[in-house]
Amino acid sequence: MSIVEINNLTVHYPDVKALDDVSFVVNEGDFLGIIGPNGAGKSTLFDCMLRLNTKYKGIIKFFGKDIRDSKNYLKGIGYVPQKPIFEKNFPVTVNDVVQMGLRNESDKEKIDEILQQLWIHELRNRRIGELSGGQQQRVFIAKALVHDPKILILDEPVAGIDQQSIELFYSILRELNSKQKITIIWSSHDLDAVNKLANHVACLNRTLFFHGESEKFFSDDKLVKQYSEASMQEHMHHH
Amino acid sequence: MSFEILTYSFMHRALISGIAIAILCSVVGLFLVLRRYSLFGDAIAHSSFGGIALGLLAGVYPLLTAYGVSIISALIITKIKDKYNISGDASIAVLLSSGIAVGLVIIGFSGGFTIDIFSFLFGSILLVSVDDTILILSLTGIILIVILLLYRQILYSTFNEEQAKVSGIPVEKINYLIVFMAGITVVTAVQLVGVLLISALFVIPNVTAIMYGKGFKQTAIISMSFSVFSVVAGILISYIFDITPAGTIVLLSIGLLGGTMGIKSAGLLSKN
Repeated sequence: MSIVEINNLTVHYPDVKALDDVSFVVNEGDFLGIIGPNGAGKSTLFDCMLRLNTKYKGIIKFFGKDIRDSKNYLKGIGYVPQKPIFEKNFPVTVNDVVQMGLRNESDKEKIDEILQQLWIHELRNRRIGELSGGQQQRVFIAKALVHDPKILILDEPVAGIDQQSIELFYSILRELNSKQKITIIWSSHDLDAVNKLANHVACLNRTLFFHGESEKFFSDDKLVKQYSEASMQEHMHHH
Repeated sequence: MSFEILTYSFMHRALISGIAIAILCSVVGLFLVLRRYSLFGDAIAHSSFGGIALGLLAGVYPLLTAYGVSIISALIITKIKDKYNISGDASIAVLLSSGIAVGLVIIGFSGGFTIDIFSFLFGSILLVSVDDTILILSLTGIILIVILLLYRQILYSTFNEEQAKVSGIPVEKINYLIVFMAGITVVTAVQLVGVLLISALFVIPNVTAIMYGKGFKQTAIISMSFSVFSVVAGILISYIFDITPAGTIVLLSIGLLGGTMGIKSAGLLSKN
């Protein structure tokens, strides 16, 4: 069953077309990896999906409903941003941050459960700014999960995090998708990780270059090569 | 020295009002400090100066016009800032100077009522009436209840606006609510420390409390305690030694900040 539908999404910025006629569907239970070079429009796509950018053409549906009509669908979504920005000495503990994600104040035992699941329970009374990048990232996942979302959206969540934390992070994502049946939409630079984790791939470079099962993508050397060359060019272009 | 001063009813009113204002300023100020809006209180206070002058000129109770002018100008400046993308500090500068300018021009027109204005510039906590005290207590109560009810939304949109939006929190409305509450708080607090020292009540106890490295609620409680201590001790000491209460209160809270810095650099507080 489709849980997210993107139809003919186009976004114009003053001097560039950030997204051009992008359409794809995410089904319930999918683990979708969105890959694409810098400037490919991944963040723009997420901004539109999360109603942070409403100046787009096309239709975005979550749970079968146009998101322009109501922001209620946000209750079904957990979002983990690329690099959460906050003041280093902001006086909140891990527990405080995760609690922000609660929609219903009575669900406090849920916080303990999530903290344990993500191996950060012993950090719960520490200030968020004292933690390492990997630990902070897990706190933000906990915040995104604490209200039991159906869909988890992650925007390049491992940028600047050490390898060990990345491995733990990936195993957590895999478990959320396979055991808790949470649909995951995840943007990444890391082709290998997408190959290992995701069951669907969307290659984005302003237009949608490929969308389908990840096996299909990764078993087709030509496609992978084409993609790598395209992103390489983009890379050169940017430097 | 005796405890005789605690039997005067003006002292009761001063202490009760002072404690309420101390709590109110520290709570509202914590959100302003965390939003990098520390000087916003100052700016509203200066615009309240214009409101006070207007009230004195029109023969209306000056605090009433001060509330009106401060709240309206705070909301307008926030709107302008968002619409024309002016930075926070620049918008504060605009608000601050326009309030004083309006006040000065009005004073010029009226031929000057300098004595009344003086008490608003530096506070006059020992002169609060029974009506003032009731008003201060009611406003404090209402604002604290609103903050408690919307605690998660206010904290979340202070912590990270974008994420709060994605969680469905009406961030813009919350921002205006905070500005509105800051407007009320400032004019209420003008009676205690005056227009010129208002920032001290908003900022110093919070900067001190944040250094203790605790979570949000504890930080708020530490800040409130420091604030109440400075105000109560400030009022009593200033009365006993016949010095200005506003200055004494602010110096005491600066003393607490200095002490905390000392403890921190001695390594007795967790580093972060």
